[in-house]
Amino acid sequence: MNDRVLRVQDLAVDFKVREGGLLRPATQILKAVNGVSFDLQAGETLAVVGESGCGKSTLARALLALIKPSRGRVLWMGEDLNKLDVEDLRKKRQDLQIVFQDPLAALNPRMTVRDIIAEPLWTFFPKIARVQVDERVRGVMKMVGLLPNQVNRYPHEFSAGQCQRIGIARALVLNPKLVICDEPVSALDVSIQAQIINLLKDLQKKLNLSLVFIAHDMSVVRHIADRVMVMYLGRAMEISCRDNLYKKPLHPYSSALIKAVPVPDPRLARADADTGLTGDMPSPLDPPDGCVFHGRCPYVVKRCQLEVPALRRMENGDWVACHRAEELDLTIASVNKP
Amino acid sequence: MDNPANLLEIKDLNVGFDTPDGKVHAVNCLNVSIKAGDALAIVGESGSGKTQTVMSIMGLLAENGHASGQALFKGKDLLQMTTSELNQHRGREIAMIFQDPMTSLNPYLRIDKQMTEVVMHHQGLNKTEARAHAVEMLRAVRIPDPERRIRQYPHEFSGGMRQRVMVAMGLLCAPDLLIADEPTTALDVTVQAQISHLMSALRRQSNTAIILITHDLGVVAGLAERVLVMYAGEAVECGSVEQIYYDPKHPYTQGLLASVPRLDKPEEDGLNSIPGNPPNLLALPEGCKFRDRCPKAHEACSEKPPMQLDEQKHAWRCFLGETA
Repeated sequence: MNDRVLRVQDLAVDFKVREGGLLRPATQILKAVNGVSFDLQAGETLAVVGESGCGKSTLARALLALIKPSRGRVLWMGEDLNKLDVEDLRKKRQDLQIVFQDPLAALNPRMTVRDIIAEPLWTFFPKIARVQVDERVRGVMKMVGLLPNQVNRYPHEFSAGQCQRIGIARALVLNPKLVICDEPVSALDVSIQAQIINLLKDLQKKLNLSLVFIAHDMSVVRHIADRVMVMYLGRAMEISCRDNLYKKPLHPYSSALIKAVPVPDPRLARADADTGLTGDMPSPLDPPDGCVFHGRCPYVVKRCQLEVPALRRMENGDWVACHRAEELDLTIASVNKP
Repeated sequence: MDNPANLLEIKDLNVGFDTPDGKVHAVNCLNVSIKAGDALAIVGESGSGKTQTVMSIMGLLAENGHASGQALFKGKDLLQMTTSELNQHRGREIAMIFQDPMTSLNPYLRIDKQMTEVVMHHQGLNKTEARAHAVEMLRAVRIPDPERRIRQYPHEFSGGMRQRVMVAMGLLCAPDLLIADEPTTALDVTVQAQISHLMSALRRQSNTAIILITHDLGVVAGLAERVLVMYAGEAVECGSVEQIYYDPKHPYTQGLLASVPRLDKPEEDGLNSIPGNPPNLLALPEGCKFRDRCPKAHEACSEKPPMQLDEQKHAWRCFLGETA
């Protein structure tokens, strides 16, 4: 398959952090994203998962060229987004949209739904006729399951789930090719969460969208992703096809994330819920040497403390950054039960 | 039914708020009780009244809120108590863990100051004793190097660590009842699992009753013994975890369970969801409040359904019975 739309090569984003007080105005470098590479096909969903602070949102921003990477390239349709001049980049952004985590905070409370959804249209087509805008706005509202007669309402009149639909409508109004969803459902109730996931899946099929779906919840991701990238401390630990990942993850961290998902079944929940994972994520300002996960990994060996494992391709086409990937069998029992 | 075995008995609790748009009925005629050492989960969507239920019994309602009914804690009505009477119980016999560990610790005070205050007040310990006790508690919630950590400020702790501090603070006076309002919602899954483990271990050790408020049915399954499902301020179903998970009677409970994405079931074509949106508490529908979103709604639902109760003490508010 060669309808690759996005290619990310060795992407790294650094932040300068001022640490210390009067006597040591030293700046430290925080490596939020460190050497991430992947491809994305047209119509494909790549989920990016990891705990807070692992660099998922920074990655999202770098993909949209909202932050300058310190290393590496983001190729959109073969063009390096960071090499484009401002005007060309602006034009490209028509194809690249984002849906944010907190639906209410992402909408201007003083704008009506019509104005919120129409704003991208006015920005990109200043001469467009009012009637056309109205038609398009009502069209996308219907598409995302909002009533078109609610165009004159304000965000506070809607529930959280409906606000997220407005956010999705705004992202879709320009017919983008890639939509980045940054934790689109984590602020929603379970019943509403399912509505939004189903909506995103439908829309993706209908519009042949490519999605980058950022989440921390492995159980949500399973319902939407084609492939999953697991991140830890700014690095990609594993990039696998969904079914492979949930049956037999390659990286111990992926396996811990899957096992940590609480099972909504009292008998199973009590039986085993041990993730084998201890401690917290280390500070990204001071990442450990060797494999960044070695301090929490139950399968750690000497080599992990010395050598950074490269992200390498396995026989089945999945990618993993672990020295011991071949010898470990991390089959997840509960997912494979008949 | 005054049962002395009940640690907390909530009877006909109503909580309302006066707002410029009219009166909001956050909790309507709620009846529930919890025994010593029991673990009760209150589940429901945002706005279903779960938080306001516990806020009212803790005397923490906002200024425009008022509660009526009874909340008998060891036979004494918490709703009738003055603030100073409440303070005799709060922190000592009833403790609460709030949802957001980032905002419920005072950022200007070291952890030791925040932790020792409660014990010094309630148990009359001096500073050194209180501190030793606090360190012990931090160790119990498995914070590494507690002697050093207790001297730090909240910002020096990660999210999971802060929530552990909150759990430790809640348990300082060995309360009879611990109320945990979404204790794991703001945390990552790996940390979430650690905190739930910790809470159930502590419950077993010290026989503390827990009221767990959450919308995550996964967490409930591992932690609770009984479950109360709330919708639009009302109890819609109440039973043991087994009853709720394996034999849910109310269509709302069924919908809630079906919409949880789970890893132990094959991934189907789509997730089940409950259609529609949570109701507006200012304009609740007549009759069954879930009617508009219920796949099994019929004519009878325009009247308020009765609470049904079977022999196993499984209660649900729906006209549909065994076949619901």
